[in-house]
Amino acid sequence: MTPLLDCKDITVRFGTNTVLDRLSFPVERGDYLSVIGKNGSGKSTLIRCLLRLCPVTSGSITPADDFSRRDIGYLPQQSGIQKDFPATVEEVVRSGCLGHHKILPFYTRADKLEAEKNMHRLGICQLRRRSFRTLSGGQQQRVLLARALCATKQLLLLDEPVTGLDPEVSAELYSIIHELNEQDHIAVIMVSHDMEGGLRDARHVLYLDGTVQYYAPIEEFRSSGYAQHLHTDAHLREVYDDRKSE
Amino acid sequence: MTENLNELLRPELLQYVILPALIGGTAVAVCAALVGVTLVLRRYSMIGDGLSHVAYGALCVAAVMQLAPLYVAMPVVMAAAFLLLGRGESGILKGDYAIALFSTTAMAIGILVSSKAGLVNDVSHYMYGSMLALRPAEVMLCVVTAVVMIAAFVLLYHRVFAVTFDESFSKATGIPVRIYNLVIAALTAVTVVMGMMLMGVLLISSLIVTPVLSAMRICRSFRGVVIGSVCLSVLGFVIGFLIAILMDLTPGASVEVVSVGIFLLCCLVGKLKGAE
Repeated sequence: MTPLLDCKDITVRFGTNTVLDRLSFPVERGDYLSVIGKNGSGKSTLIRCLLRLCPVTSGSITPADDFSRRDIGYLPQQSGIQKDFPATVEEVVRSGCLGHHKILPFYTRADKLEAEKNMHRLGICQLRRRSFRTLSGGQQQRVLLARALCATKQLLLLDEPVTGLDPEVSAELYSIIHELNEQDHIAVIMVSHDMEGGLRDARHVLYLDGTVQYYAPIEEFRSSGYAQHLHTDAHLREVYDDRKSE
Repeated sequence: MTENLNELLRPELLQYVILPALIGGTAVAVCAALVGVTLVLRRYSMIGDGLSHVAYGALCVAAVMQLAPLYVAMPVVMAAAFLLLGRGESGILKGDYAIALFSTTAMAIGILVSSKAGLVNDVSHYMYGSMLALRPAEVMLCVVTAVVMIAAFVLLYHRVFAVTFDESFSKATGIPVRIYNLVIAALTAVTVVMGMMLMGVLLISSLIVTPVLSAMRICRSFRGVVIGSVCLSVLGFVIGFLIAILMDLTPGASVEVVSVGIFLLCCLVGKLKGAE
């Protein structure tokens, strides 16, 4: 079976600055790919390329025959959305369906049902008339995840989904994502700073760090030097943060 | 005041001055509220102000060169709107400094040209608008624009919402965001030029911004804010205009003061609703 997305030798340059250098990896059907790396390692650029928001300098991203990159359900970083935007939960979730229609000005019955189903799936039905801006961070992420599900049946792309959430809510969100992956067989690409949660349910890992580009199944990654390196790194950072806060 | 009232009820005055102003003004108020929602929510509140200064510059040049003002102002403002809004998140000229640069440059050119030609008095009425001197053709233009604008918003409503709420997501799902940005820029340009004829350079941005802020206080849905700001905009215009006529005030300024009054009232209502 061909992979959902096949990335071959993606290179992205901004001027003389090479952000991604001949990066190759597949995204299999039903896969759970965790992309980890420090700030500035090209994670965000990779996402933008996969979404076609940013052109690749060379290389190719080939979708499977029955898949289009328009069908990626995208959960953007929270910072991109305005905190005081007046919109009900229902309005936000339904807007995920818009990509399916070229010119049709209104939602079809099927769109509304889809939105309904996804709100139910994420347990936010009772919030439907609430204003998005009044929700907690965790609730907002659920709403945006429901919107992303309206846009896709096959692939979710999550950009730092737990940033700014407290540990309990983060864990909840991770288990929802895990469920979508396990039960609904939706492939997941997750970009994360959070080593612990980001790797917990992953099947494959793509590790980016400057010149290092390492793609491997999770077991292999765990026993590799990179994981060790990252752990030390995370540990050091924690110690540093603790010192700073004292 | 009673004298004023009696004079106002003279049929010819009603027919040739007040009614056209009311109709044209209501039409512009509707347009301004509609484009205002997406502009305010994308943090482009000053765009109306900036574009009206650009229009002022263009009108000065038109007056000096003895060209039809509207035909000069419209394309110039349209071009400025495309440059400021059309690029969306990825423009080089982005944000408030671009607006500031455009508006002051255009204003400066306008002042230079008109003072050199000794036309300062001729163009100064664009500062405050000429609501009571609308010609039938201008009223028609306002009404037609409002109808087109309402139709456009009904048809594009969901996409305007999506693009306003989250541009990256919309782009990723395949909505042609650039085209919508250009459409919104064009509608904004038309609204600003017409609003300037009525309200003047100094006050058009109030018509774009204030009703939206009021509606945002009391409505929680996007649909509510769109409908609410149109209603509040028209309400503010009609009340402000009638007060101006009755008390012999400058209409544009009176409309803005009333709109701000409505805004304060909405803040209060919003607070009370929130406290429940």
